Amino acid sequence: MSAASVIPAVSAPEFVKRRSFIELDARARAQSLMDPGSWRELVGPFDRIESPWLPEQGIAPQSDDGCVVLKGAIAAKPAVVIALEGGFQAGSMGEVSGAKMTAALDLAKKDSENGKKTAAVILLETGGVRLQEANLGLAAIAELIASLLALRQHAPIITVIAGTVGCFGGMSLAAGLSSYIVMTPEARLGLNGAEVIEQESGIEEFDSSDRALIWAIYGGEQRVGMGVADELVMDDAPKVAAAVQRFVKVGLPSQHRSEQVDLYRRRIAALDTSKQIDPLSLSRLWSPNRGAQ
Amino acid sequence: MERLEFDYPSANRPVSNKAHVGVVGSGDMEVLMQPAEKGIAHVSVLTSVNGFGKSWQAVLDRFFARHDGAVRIHINDAGATPGSVMLRLEQAMEVIDQ
Repeated sequence: MSAASVIPAVSAPEFVKRRSFIELDARARAQSLMDPGSWRELVGPFDRIESPWLPEQGIAPQSDDGCVVLKGAIAAKPAVVIALEGGFQAGSMGEVSGAKMTAALDLAKKDSENGKKTAAVILLETGGVRLQEANLGLAAIAELIASLLALRQHAPIITVIAGTVGCFGGMSLAAGLSSYIVMTPEARLGLNGAEVIEQESGIEEFDSSDRALIWAIYGGEQRVGMGVADELVMDDAPKVAAAVQRFVKVGLPSQHRSEQVDLYRRRIAALDTSKQIDPLSLSRLWSPNRGAQ
Repeated sequence: MERLEFDYPSANRPVSNKAHVGVVGSGDMEVLMQPAEKGIAHVSVLTSVNGFGKSWQAVLDRFFARHDGAVRIHINDAGATPGSVMLRLEQAMEVIDQ
């Protein structure tokens, strides 16, 4: 028996072998989700549609305004992927990035109405409205929400939140309106971020330095556990792509989460607010595996 | 906010590809590199950090001492250090020459 056969073959652990999705930039993330060779980029960086507002405030703009739009196919079905770049201004929605996102969704709706059902995948790494663009950013989110509601009557909208920025502010509303949400354990989803709550209501309300608390409330595991997101995937590009493909193939859900008003009214009414509700018991009460309550 | 322009007439080897690398995040920048229209290299820089024209000149001089591609370069800069600037430029040139 040779020495080689005695020593067990050294194989890299799973986390070393995987191809991180989080480490990809917005463009590479979007590309990794589409069928190879099927896509082209719309309004790309060389078109130089930049924010006219940032340079006036001494901030360098980006040539794609932090929003990447790819049109192509996923699982051989027509699809558009819209990815926000978390590295540029925390993925915030400005006038240009908002217009790109809304126009892409509207084109998908138009194609869907003409018989070419086009799914939308939105990659949200964003803190919400870009404060430097104020009302234009707010208007962009209002328009975006109208476009999401129009498209989801025809084709599914799949939100992917991978991290590490997470999805907050007005853009969490966009996530909430989508047909399906895919998250990694590193991702966070919430309306008001921890620092905002601490700033407005004090450290006794939310200690934003408590990372365990932040992930217990906003984290992917908790959000999927309590049924406000649909699938938890490890940070691995092929696994994220597989989850997106599955939802594209499934198509529209029988009812969108945001339409389940009665269900959530009953659930909220049933909560015992006389004591602090902890994340674990909330996911036990609301777990989708327990069926509708 | 400062806009800087540089010409490199001796860099006139025709190129046919284009490249986009980097992100406008703190301490980083993006580079858009494409074939130059007039057949000689031209660089435009939009930077959020004022007063470093000489440093840009020095880094770009060194870059074009090594490369002779007739490229039009646009840079959106959020405070990249000279070392980072050079790495991003080399990265873009690598994509173009692939």
